[in-house]
Amino acid sequence: MLELNVQTIAFLIFAILSLGGALGVVTSRNLIHGALYLIVSLFGGAGFFVLLSAPFIAVVQVLVYIGAIAILIIFAVMLTRSMTGMRELFNRQWWLSAIVGILLFLLLAIAVILPVWGANGSKPNLPVADQVATTQDLGVALVDGNQYVLPFEVASLLLTGAMIGAIVIARDTED
Amino acid sequence: MQATCVDVIETLAPCLTAGGLDPGIAQFLSILIGVALVGLFPLVLVILLIWLERKIAARVQDRWGPNRVGPFGLFQNLADAVKLIIKEDITPAGADRLIYNLAPIVAVLSTILIWAAVPFSPVHIGADLGIGLLYFVAVSSIGTLSVMMAGWASNNKYALLGSFRVVAQLVSYEIPLVLALLVPVLLTGSMGMQDLVRAQQGMWFIVPGFVSAVIFYISNLAETGRAPFDMIEAESELVAGYNIEYSGMKFGLFMANEFMHAFTANLLFSVIFLGGWSGPLANQVPVLGFVWLMVKTFIVYIPSLILRATIPRVRIDQMMSFNWKFLVPIAIVNVIMIAFLLQIIKAIGWLPEPGNTNFFAHVPMAIILLVGNLALIAAVVTMLRNAGRRERQAEPVPASDDERAIVAVH
Repeated sequence: MLELNVQTIAFLIFAILSLGGALGVVTSRNLIHGALYLIVSLFGGAGFFVLLSAPFIAVVQVLVYIGAIAILIIFAVMLTRSMTGMRELFNRQWWLSAIVGILLFLLLAIAVILPVWGANGSKPNLPVADQVATTQDLGVALVDGNQYVLPFEVASLLLTGAMIGAIVIARDTED
Repeated sequence: MQATCVDVIETLAPCLTAGGLDPGIAQFLSILIGVALVGLFPLVLVILLIWLERKIAARVQDRWGPNRVGPFGLFQNLADAVKLIIKEDITPAGADRLIYNLAPIVAVLSTILIWAAVPFSPVHIGADLGIGLLYFVAVSSIGTLSVMMAGWASNNKYALLGSFRVVAQLVSYEIPLVLALLVPVLLTGSMGMQDLVRAQQGMWFIVPGFVSAVIFYISNLAETGRAPFDMIEAESELVAGYNIEYSGMKFGLFMANEFMHAFTANLLFSVIFLGGWSGPLANQVPVLGFVWLMVKTFIVYIPSLILRATIPRVRIDQMMSFNWKFLVPIAIVNVIMIAFLLQIIKAIGWLPEPGNTNFFAHVPMAIILLVGNLALIAAVVTMLRNAGRRERQAEPVPASDDERAIVAVH
């Protein structure tokens, strides 16, 4: 069943990192600590991508989530000094986020469990994918007319819109 | 990995196996030695780098520099390192202990991890990732994190302010850096470091990608906090910056990291734009490739030292507007232009097939791209001249000191 090789050990380490980090995010009272735990958790996630032989996604995870989004979160938290000294673990919307969290967990659990033990029967030897996709495949897939060019363009349009919106909001009205 | 033993430097693992060692252990040993060498080399090199920097800065300022300890003052930095180690290790009151102690380690880590993907010779590379360039960008973004951690955990307002400025600088200059890196990737068709070097065996990318090489060099100076962009240690404005509360070896780690990072940035410049290890006989004698790489790196590293000793520091607002209003637009136009020209070259059929090491096969493509680069430079210079002329004709109203102070704060 579960043999103890390098991959399993690495998986365990990454699992501990991502789950422990996630626990730290929700239990730490200091928001900066929470943000740093988030980075640990995201790092574990990047490790999973390496184990799944998707190095491009792993590196993008580090670059975008740790290098940009987490830094942005820390920046925002630090600039709002009052938020670093929070003493409450829960706010008034805790039940709403609990419902959302549980629903999301159920959705993911079903999505993972169903293909393995579901209607298609158990196929423990089924490979994750027939071929390991390279970065080139990914690049082609994003601009190929038959594949993901439309979602890609819509996403970039959305990001451009968001950027313009941010500039408009941040702009001095006096200018 | 080749199975035959040629010599100890190129193929260590098969040689150990031939000496009667278990293949698994031989493999493990060779990897362990490789990791130790790649990890320790920058740390040892940094002692020499600091000596070199002090000597060159001294010559620029008409001084001798360190000249008492050892020949040419070579051991001055060893003495300084001993001093740093035996200094009292102070943790400021109210500091966040764990993060405070972790920050210098993360800083050094972010630099040494880059070395894992640097191709030293045709056969020596820590890990030839298919996404080597992206790995470099991702790992150096961890360095930003260490600045943030140090600034916040010190419980000092100056440190926090300093780290804000540094992070704003590092995050901003990452954009032209990455945009400049896109040009070599376009020319190679791969992000792997070894592919990048092999594609330059015919012609170095500094010729077809001149503008992006310049942009990469400038944004590297800013990323490593050197020369006119050394906001990281603006001692005249912010006492010191994010590392103000650090003392002893923890400060030493930050300082060593600064020098290491600057050298690493120039190492990558020579890998990406100056052909890395490629040079005469490098394919036959891999060790020679390492020598070529070091020679090229020092050729680009030493001007950055002279630059640092010569140019005054720019103001933060000047630095930011230089990035966002000058470097980023040029980098974007440059990428679009190179991609467009490459498609034209491909349509004409002048694109040399990958792996062609003949210099003359690359000449037609390089000429077209170089002309494109020069046209871009000419356009930029013309626009700058026109903007300057408009500014002069507009009769500038002399700004009062208060106004200037407000601008500086923003």
